[in-house]
Amino acid sequence: MDILQTLKDLWEGSGFHSFLVDGGWKNLIMILISCVLLYLGIKKKFEPLLLVGIAFGCLLVNLSYFTADSTDALYHPELWTNFLDPDSEYYHSYGTILSHGGLLDILYIGVKAGIYPSLIFMGVGAMTDFGPLISNPKSLLLGAAAQMGVFLAFFGAAASGVFTGNQAASIGIIGGADGPTAIFLTTKLAPELLGPIAIAAYSYMALIPMIQPPLMKLLTTEKERKVKMEQNRVVSKTEKILFPIIVAMFVILLLPSTAPLIGCLMLGNLWRECGVTERLSETVQNALMNIVTVFLGISVGATMAADSFLNFKTILIVILGLVAFMFSTVGGLLVGKLMYVLTGGKVNPLIGSAGVSAVPMAARVSQLEGQKANPSNFLLMHAMGPNVAGVIGSAIAAGFLLTVFG
Amino acid sequence: MNYALLAAKAADSGTKMEIGDAAVTAVFGYVVVFFGLILLMAVLYVSGAIFKSKEAKANAAKSAAVPVKEAAPAAEAPAAPGSAGHVKLHGVPDKEAAMIMAIVADKMQTPLNELRFISIKEVK
Repeated sequence: MDILQTLKDLWEGSGFHSFLVDGGWKNLIMILISCVLLYLGIKKKFEPLLLVGIAFGCLLVNLSYFTADSTDALYHPELWTNFLDPDSEYYHSYGTILSHGGLLDILYIGVKAGIYPSLIFMGVGAMTDFGPLISNPKSLLLGAAAQMGVFLAFFGAAASGVFTGNQAASIGIIGGADGPTAIFLTTKLAPELLGPIAIAAYSYMALIPMIQPPLMKLLTTEKERKVKMEQNRVVSKTEKILFPIIVAMFVILLLPSTAPLIGCLMLGNLWRECGVTERLSETVQNALMNIVTVFLGISVGATMAADSFLNFKTILIVILGLVAFMFSTVGGLLVGKLMYVLTGGKVNPLIGSAGVSAVPMAARVSQLEGQKANPSNFLLMHAMGPNVAGVIGSAIAAGFLLTVFG
Repeated sequence: MNYALLAAKAADSGTKMEIGDAAVTAVFGYVVVFFGLILLMAVLYVSGAIFKSKEAKANAAKSAAVPVKEAAPAAEAPAAPGSAGHVKLHGVPDKEAAMIMAIVADKMQTPLNELRFISIKEVK
């Protein structure tokens, strides 16, 4: 046995060696980035349920022990390149992925097929009380207005000349402040950008308490923020049961491409409200949601290979994502102000910013800012209306973009 | 690792857009979102009106059947903000009452508008 040759082979076969050759240093940077994301998720509690999984998926895929052509690799970018290449014989071949893929490749099928985001929406539907929206349907206008950032960021990305229409649409949807919708649309339109878009979407959602308050103070007066809103009417059980059925029918008929998201959201909500499927509602809210979150996080993280993440486009996506979030907040606040004027001061414009989805964090921010201005103010239930309207609004925006670019 | 080659091989999805086309798409998309949600709002208003009128009829029938109650006590305690119906507050400030109701709703995992608080009294 040639000990020296064996040692040399062991060294060259190790991940440490690959850091030193063929751009391996980029993987080292990605490993550092994954550690920063783990810190943000664990220590700073930035959307930890997803961010910890995403960060660890990123860590796994960038550890050099698994080279791209290794059969031991957890994730094979080359398989997905062939999967997306119309000229390849393996174009859209899930069979090839299943027979040659590693663990993360197989988990990623759920992302690619749009299964995980839809199942997450089912859980969100089962956890959401649409009562505040049903009792005050005007909230839907705020949910619509708060999609402004989606289309402004889309325009900015498309006009920059750096991104294609599909990529611009995927970047714009970050402004919907809805992680599953962003992942769903990006996997359909621009899967090569999934890593940075998912990271931007979830990071900004976690940063809502920091992004929104300055804009809220800037765009509203002290007098407007002090407005105490009247209690909404009590919604009957029958209305709550009919709501998911009506929404599913109207929205899916209007934009059939929203069917996976809106269909699952409303099915989850129907299970919650109908009163005869408590077991299913509970399972979807807890066990299923947790299982899907595990798969979604780790497989999205796996798309963060160094060469597809460390580039100028990622920086632009991060900037455009922030622009999208800010303008979505502005859109909601402006229509909130309009409602304040039209109703003679009965609507507190702070509830407009909750239209950016991100349930329930955006509504909590409205509540906190309202109470800062007037300690006896109680805006939470009023803000939940636009908040859940934002979920429907961002799904419609995604459906529109999917129809145009899909 | 050979990801560089793979990344270079992976083509961008779709084609680039003219600024004019992007502007039209953005405006049209925003209009479609508004249209969809306004349509939904109209449906909710109609269904809400139907349910409210049904409720009003049921209440009218109830009040016709039940004899008129005796006069209510002269002085009513102040109502707390953000609550369903009237909550009688006995020595509890508005702010504290709102906080108590929010905490109860949170602990019970039940939306506040589904709970009815009759009165809140400070036990000394």
